[in-house]
Amino acid sequence: MSAQKSTLSRKQRIVVVGNGMVGHHFVEQLVQEDPNRDQYDITVLSAESRLAYDRVHLSEYFSGKTADDLALTTPQTYLDWQVKFHLDAKVTLIDKLKKSVRTLSGEVFEYDKLVLATGSFPFVPPIPGKEREHCLVYRTIDDLDAIQTSANNGKVGVVVGGGLLGLEAANALKELGLKTHVVEFAPQLMGVQLDQSGGQLLRKKIEDLGVTVHTEKATKVIVDGEDCVHRMEFADGTHLETDLILFSAGIRPYDNLARDFELTVGERGGIVVNNECQTSDENIYAIGECALWNNFIYGLVAPGYAMAKVAASDIIGGDKKFTGADMSTKLKLMGVEVGSIGDAHVKTPGAQCFTYQNGRDDIYKKIVVSQDGKTLLGAVLVGDTSEYDSLLQYALNGIELPENPDGLILPSSGEKPTLGVDALPDTATICSCLNVTKGDIVTAIDAGATDVGAVKSCTKATSGCGGCAALVKTVTDAELEKRGVEVSTDICEHFAYSRTELFHIIKAESIRNFETLLEKHGSGLGCEICKPAAGSILASVWNDYILQADHLPLQDTNDTYLGNMQKDGTYSIVPRMPGGEVTPDKLIVIGEVAKEYNLYTKVTGGQRIDLFGARIDQLPDIWEKLIAAGMETGHAYGKSLRTVKSCVGSTWCRYGVQDSMTMAIFLENRYKGLRSPHKIKFAVSGCTRECAEAQSKDIGVIATENGWNLYVSGNGGMKPRHGDLFATDLDDETLVKYIDRYLMFYVRTGDRLQRTSVWLESLEGGLKYLQKVVIDDHLGVNAELEASMQAVIDTYQCEWKTTIEDPAQLKRFRQFVNSQEIDKNIEFVTERAQIRPARGIEKKYKGIQIQTVDVTEHQTEQQNERETETA
Amino acid sequence: MTTEQNWQTICHKNDLVKHSGICALLENEEQIAIFQLNETTAYSVSNWDPIGQANVLSRGIIGDSQGELFVASPLYKQRFSLNTGRCLDDESITIKSYQVRIVEDKVQVSLI
Repeated sequence: MSAQKSTLSRKQRIVVVGNGMVGHHFVEQLVQEDPNRDQYDITVLSAESRLAYDRVHLSEYFSGKTADDLALTTPQTYLDWQVKFHLDAKVTLIDKLKKSVRTLSGEVFEYDKLVLATGSFPFVPPIPGKEREHCLVYRTIDDLDAIQTSANNGKVGVVVGGGLLGLEAANALKELGLKTHVVEFAPQLMGVQLDQSGGQLLRKKIEDLGVTVHTEKATKVIVDGEDCVHRMEFADGTHLETDLILFSAGIRPYDNLARDFELTVGERGGIVVNNECQTSDENIYAIGECALWNNFIYGLVAPGYAMAKVAASDIIGGDKKFTGADMSTKLKLMGVEVGSIGDAHVKTPGAQCFTYQNGRDDIYKKIVVSQDGKTLLGAVLVGDTSEYDSLLQYALNGIELPENPDGLILPSSGEKPTLGVDALPDTATICSCLNVTKGDIVTAIDAGATDVGAVKSCTKATSGCGGCAALVKTVTDAELEKRGVEVSTDICEHFAYSRTELFHIIKAESIRNFETLLEKHGSGLGCEICKPAAGSILASVWNDYILQADHLPLQDTNDTYLGNMQKDGTYSIVPRMPGGEVTPDKLIVIGEVAKEYNLYTKVTGGQRIDLFGARIDQLPDIWEKLIAAGMETGHAYGKSLRTVKSCVGSTWCRYGVQDSMTMAIFLENRYKGLRSPHKIKFAVSGCTRECAEAQSKDIGVIATENGWNLYVSGNGGMKPRHGDLFATDLDDETLVKYIDRYLMFYVRTGDRLQRTSVWLESLEGGLKYLQKVVIDDHLGVNAELEASMQAVIDTYQCEWKTTIEDPAQLKRFRQFVNSQEIDKNIEFVTERAQIRPARGIEKKYKGIQIQTVDVTEHQTEQQNERETETA
Repeated sequence: MTTEQNWQTICHKNDLVKHSGICALLENEEQIAIFQLNETTAYSVSNWDPIGQANVLSRGIIGDSQGELFVASPLYKQRFSLNTGRCLDDESITIKSYQVRIVEDKVQVSLI
């Protein structure tokens, strides 16, 4: 086949039927192999009305995700990739001789290679009445829309099928607010993955969440109900009334094209493929849930991805083979952790079992070990899957077990045997979604990747479910260390300490300035990394005026001039506006100032007003006027508390249940001026409608009937993260206490420039540990944390007020030490009735130091034309 | 190269900010950044950041890397040697550097 490729003069035409997760993954693989798109001409035909989306997380559609959130790609991406695609294009005919396919609408597409990624459809048991209205399946976004519509008119929902997908579907019904039942034919839930004890515990946990489980129920018929739409009559004589029925009793491969056009199919369905994923016609491939390999259909996404890779490799002349896939799973069902590895049902002759059962915390763990006790064959985990990753590595790689293998699942009674990553062979799969092995990571490092970020972008590891992130980091760090690359937590070359260590040194030794710190614990002069970090720590601990002579040189420019430097060297100004509340008088002053100094004016995302384009020499005058009108600095320039966003709450709003305005203003005034590893944003919402978007903030407070729910470590920005619910129904006092402790703990232990979201994710023990520290005083430091916070609050000052009252400071606010002139490079033009910085070609001033060519009228016109063309 | 008449007096020593920078305008309209290291030593480079395209280097943080003194641009953080003007993060870029001396409380810059 590789010979064929090299002799081809035109592009090879690849037609992909189906654009599910696997079909899309195939396209990705091929595009990656042929980035210039000069070898392959790819056409995607999808029977659905939208491009590929994430079916694994489908139930999140009901917890607020949109179809766009679930999308795996966009039409624009396919256009950029030069991949042609046709939606609503169901293929109805394959002509193997002419090598073409025809769609329902009659369009014909010729191929050199055809890839069938048609997936599967839900199996609906042949129960009389199954075709009634409000009897649905759970597979596509269109199905979800139908479920939503049905749920709006009902109160009770039933899922038929207690397997993995069925429980996912039950979660969806629960999210929709229905009284939810699961009806399973077998005696237990998730019979494929779990043993009896595991299934029992899962049932208990799910029932605790309000879902009723019925096992050993065979539905005989579905008829009209008395209280609900339907009545399901069971073989044992009992019945259940419901408004909505979801069938999720397994999948069947979508193989009808293969049947109709004479490709070999299995006895019980599925398009038969070989190790190259070729069907009985060598120019036609089948991948994913429609393919039958070794008489087995893989109903998980990871094996489908592996097949996509193999097919792509074969088409481009590579030699990848599909040799089966591991069916181990780890997932969270309605918040219940479940894991299953390998031989969960102890089918291997002579195998021994070790189980751990904890009735108080509802945890069940079992490992299945080979007769000689040396290798791990399988495992079942319910309620706690923290050992899943290392168990999986033992099982997949045949790593020899420790002498007492039960130590692997027992709660840490002493030292738990940990699996060193060095023990892993190069073939060990680290990221199973994208099938990245330890060897791939090693190759990436050998090719020059020097940190986790580079390894991730090179191998795509962690970009699936992300569950392997910690393992990827451990492997990468270990490999780097082996190569003598020091994986250092030192903040920079001047201090052999992490930020946290520096914090403790400064506090323990009562160090008050950078000079002392450097003299006692560092070397050299410092740099742009350690100076602002030390400046921030000194401010968090002592809260001196940050521009006092020994602190001034440590600050980043924004702090040095108490404004946000913009691209042209001018600054923007943000007066504090607690909770977004502002009086008309203050608004007028802001307007007057903006007008007087000709500042570009914009409302910020944090509910305040930003004034842009102030020259350095104008800053003190502007602030003098703002302060005279009763305003103070908004710290928009600092790594510190920014804003507390708020809705009007119960004062004005018909729905508000608490006074969110008063709380927001109180919190903003309490924490203003607190210097921290990175900026901190708050929001307070007056009811669960959450208009202040508190769940995307570092601290989110949402009113309840009984008090406040506290969310922590949310983030918008580069990597959005929903805040974690930290504590519920708090009174004012407890809320403030928790926030005090949380913030101070972050200030102490956060890394330099680490937002609270990343901090929490890197905190060993995660949310639970943080709750133990803040709520249960696990470390015994809460009194101290509160005292530290109080000290910061007590020493607050408006930095701008202090600055304009100090003539020595004011001297710094001038463009030139020896001239009254202004920086001629700063030029504005008018756009939408306000100023904006002039762009290169719009600038009139051409100073000696600006090494640009003279822009003539002629060139300007050309430039303008070019800009219009590309617009 | 440098003779007495090349030295141009810029300001008083007290106009400098210790461990930080100020900006001055030369007679030929060039903007320079002057950084004070200690009582007797100061350095000067052009105030123009060729990467950020703005006159801002006097407002950067100074430090050292492997013993080489630098100022980090406040815009995108590239570091420029205070001795040679060489950009430590992009070898293809060098900015102008100037000789500075503190004589009898006066800060003087040499125009080579």
